Amino acid sequence: MLDTARRIATPEGIELALRLAGPVPRALAWVLDMLLRLAILLVLSMALGALGGFGVGVFLLAWFFLEWLFPAWCEVNWGGATPGKKAFKLLVLHDDGTPVRWPAALARNLLRAIDFLPLFYGFGLAAMLMSRDFKRLGDLAAGTIVAYREAKPRGFQVPQAAPLPPPIPLTLAEQRAILDFAERAPGLTAERAEELASIPHALVGRLDGRAATERLIRIANFLVGRR
Amino acid sequence: MRQAVFEDRYGADWAKFEAWLDRHEHQRRRRAHDAPAGEDALADTDVPQSYRRICQHLALARDRQYSPELVDRLNQLALRGHHLLYGARPRRGVARAIEFFLAGFPRLVREERALVLASACLFFGPLILLITVLQFVPDFIYYLLEPGNLAEVQEMYDPSNARLGRRAADDNVAMFGFYIWNNVKIGFQTFATGLAFGLGTVFYLVFNGVFIGAIAGYLTQSGYATPFWSFVSGHSAMELMAIAISGAAGLRLGGAVLAPGLVSRKAALVAAARPAVRLMYGTGAMFLVAAFIEAFWSPLTFFAPLTKYLVGALLWGVVLGYLIFFGRPRGP
Repeated sequence: MLDTARRIATPEGIELALRLAGPVPRALAWVLDMLLRLAILLVLSMALGALGGFGVGVFLLAWFFLEWLFPAWCEVNWGGATPGKKAFKLLVLHDDGTPVRWPAALARNLLRAIDFLPLFYGFGLAAMLMSRDFKRLGDLAAGTIVAYREAKPRGFQVPQAAPLPPPIPLTLAEQRAILDFAERAPGLTAERAEELASIPHALVGRLDGRAATERLIRIANFLVGRR
Repeated sequence: MRQAVFEDRYGADWAKFEAWLDRHEHQRRRRAHDAPAGEDALADTDVPQSYRRICQHLALARDRQYSPELVDRLNQLALRGHHLLYGARPRRGVARAIEFFLAGFPRLVREERALVLASACLFFGPLILLITVLQFVPDFIYYLLEPGNLAEVQEMYDPSNARLGRRAADDNVAMFGFYIWNNVKIGFQTFATGLAFGLGTVFYLVFNGVFIGAIAGYLTQSGYATPFWSFVSGHSAMELMAIAISGAAGLRLGGAVLAPGLVSRKAALVAAARPAVRLMYGTGAMFLVAAFIEAFWSPLTFFAPLTKYLVGALLWGVVLGYLIFFGRPRGP
């Protein structure tokens, strides 16, 4: 299946599911980080401007730290995310799903120097599009991934209907499909919803059209535990 | 077992574990121990066991095709537990840093001596060559630098300056900031562009070798030798060796991409990045010391040039001696 979910095997013998972040949210997070950096430097330059040469020195030091070390520090000590990543609910993890530590965080941040080439993360974007895990070059070398921070499962928002047990046992993937359908049905055109609903013959039998949609939504109600 | 029974039986355990996670995610570090916890809260010592049980429940729930909501909830609990349990590492940062600089870093440089030598040749080769060439063919400089730049450089080393190596208005702290911002950035670029099959690293090494050599050769030949050499002698050891070692780190990355050996390129790169980044920890510190010397010692005109040459030579001895002799196992 074409999907950004990645399964990570743990020593306990189970697989944890993570959703990886693609180029767009990561670029947005980067833009936010950059704006924040610019804002801090602007404030600093105004505050330090009065101090002459000393102020210039402190300003350049601050610039250096904000540019190279601050992102790595955030990723290690602040829940795996820079402020921009935090805003877009992203976090950096090792390939094995453990929180990132200094060597990897520093490697991926220093290697931004090459991802940035030739123009605005050209190499980084190319590498991300070619890699299965959306890794820029720094991620490849450091062995890190950028995933979505999992919010608490929000549950499925299924329209209310009288629950109906499915006539046959359903696998997890099938249950998910039914729930996803029920959740999105109100947003689809009636024709499209009916067309989709008539596909699972085993569940809807000879019903089609509106009746099939309603049948699936009732089954979905059963699946979310309404009785 | 039906799902409802399963949830009834283990729901309380999950809730306890979740409460423990909530307490510890918000108050990591030491304060976590002081957090008020209820009577029947999960004790820290029971957490690993509880985590393993939840992992097992997740596997069962998936296998028995329980509802997606339950599977999602267990997956999230297991994921959060995984982050907390595997993320925590004993912190003895200061001791490790001291150990690294006293032994680990010079040892690593010696381990990578082939690359360090290659990088040093690429950097010091053009540098020394140009200094030599410019003594015999002074006009060669015009192939490399604009006359405007040359005038600027000459102004910096004018013997009548109160401080060497800079124009009148420049301040020590400002220059310290500038040297950090600029020189460390050069080191990082030299390192990072090594990923492009080593080409970027080679380019930056040769480019900086040519540039520094051109300026040094030109100033020596055009009568500014004393102010120039007494300025650069102090910080040259730290700074130039730091550039050479950054180059070695970059070549390590490039080498992994070019010739990964028996593993995949990606695996080779990950394996090479570890020592390369450790080299960069060391060069970062070297650049810092170099910038400090360059900003606060090098421009002084109070000391005779001979003193400054001696200090420079001494520092070369210290840097090379440190890289060659520190961190060796003690003899019998």
